[in-house]
Amino acid sequence: MADASYPDDLRYHPEHDWARIEGEEATFGITWYAQDSLGEVVFYDPPEVGATIAKDTAYAEVESVKAVSDVIAPLSGEIVAVNEGLADAPERVNDDPYGEGWLVRVRLTDQAEVEGLLSAADYRKLLESD
Amino acid sequence: MVDFAGWEMPVQYEGIREEHSAVRTHAGMFDVSHMGEVEVEGPGALAFLQRVLSNDVAAVAVGGAQYSCLCGEEGGVLDDLFTYRLGGDRYLIVTNSANHESDLAWLGRWSREFDVAVRDVADRYAMLAVQGPHARRILTATLGVELPARMRVAHVRVGRRPALACGTGYTGEDGVELLIDPEIAPAIWAELLDAGVVPCGLGARDTLRLEVCFPLHGNDLSPDRNPIEAGLGWCCKEETGFVGAEAVARARREGTAEKLAPFTIEGAGIPRQGNPVLADDEEVGAVTSGTFSPSLEIGIGMAYLRADLAAPGTEIEIDVRGKRRNGRVGSKPLYAR
Repeated sequence: MADASYPDDLRYHPEHDWARIEGEEATFGITWYAQDSLGEVVFYDPPEVGATIAKDTAYAEVESVKAVSDVIAPLSGEIVAVNEGLADAPERVNDDPYGEGWLVRVRLTDQAEVEGLLSAADYRKLLESD
Repeated sequence: MVDFAGWEMPVQYEGIREEHSAVRTHAGMFDVSHMGEVEVEGPGALAFLQRVLSNDVAAVAVGGAQYSCLCGEEGGVLDDLFTYRLGGDRYLIVTNSANHESDLAWLGRWSREFDVAVRDVADRYAMLAVQGPHARRILTATLGVELPARMRVAHVRVGRRPALACGTGYTGEDGVELLIDPEIAPAIWAELLDAGVVPCGLGARDTLRLEVCFPLHGNDLSPDRNPIEAGLGWCCKEETGFVGAEAVARARREGTAEKLAPFTIEGAGIPRQGNPVLADDEEVGAVTSGTFSPSLEIGIGMAYLRADLAAPGTEIEIDVRGKRRNGRVGSKPLYAR
């Protein structure tokens, strides 16, 4: 498992999700903290491509041996791709949460929402205050 | 760490899958000191145990071990436990920690009719379960003790103190459970760690026991369920006249409305305790234990199902958080090497 890290080029949601904003699209995943709390991920239940997801609501499930967890959408949008590779190798969420362990790619419907997300520094502060 | 019947216990050390696999292929150890111990001694010990335990205690020779249920008068399973015969009229019972106090009260109540002493000796023992295909070899090399055969118990010395080595476990692998002086337990743990035994937490204990369909009291067994519906008829010998024998005999004779059945999920999905089970869109039971099986790499579980659906091969559906997952009733054990 990788060491704790929270890359500066990502934006964060307090429910331990990250978003990599690339123009009108964004990639979502769960943070190092989230995967560490969950333990070894053994199952990822993705949404359908084309589905509409709303900020702050659950859009997928990740499950470890010990527990199941909802994944919360950091932003609203439409799913344009899901990480098919996780079907055979869900442990990538643990091994590389910001790379190979990405969960979905989304076409954003409300760019203004991005301003509401946390910076890496603010997210780290949130973790320290917990 | 989680609270488990008042004990602080780790769910995992390094990771459940790794720990699970260590026990299946090498050797793992569990600190199960939370388990309770009760000593039963006296001229009436056998008659007393025959009265309270569901199995035929008379069949246990000195140095033997036996699994049985502790039943209520209506046949419900108050606890499931191992009994070890330490001497002619001296036995040790290992209880589930959550039931230890109530077991003691129950045993104390029935013991009054017999010439026997029932002692709570839980504080006298730490318990280390060392399990896996290499467990015995490592234990012998590290501690220099003669280990008992499977389903036997031996008086040994560990760290120069008297201890008990029991050829039992809860993982489906060969191995030994050591009952040792709590004072030396940390040193023994450290020695076994140095010898390459992998520390395992409650998480792996659960995945290991569920793969081989060992029931867990509180999940799969309860005072509201009798041993027959729980699939434990094999350890009930009604002719011994144990408390609850009549109810158990009736259940055996007349059959039960539900039966505990192991199942696997076909494809995606991990069942969890409490998930409803369906057949032909009708609710036919509920999951009592469910997890991801690291050996089989699928979701597995146990559920009380309508008796006609409990046969291996029956197709069922599990409602996993609102999603129907296809399942199939399996046979015990779900995992075999």
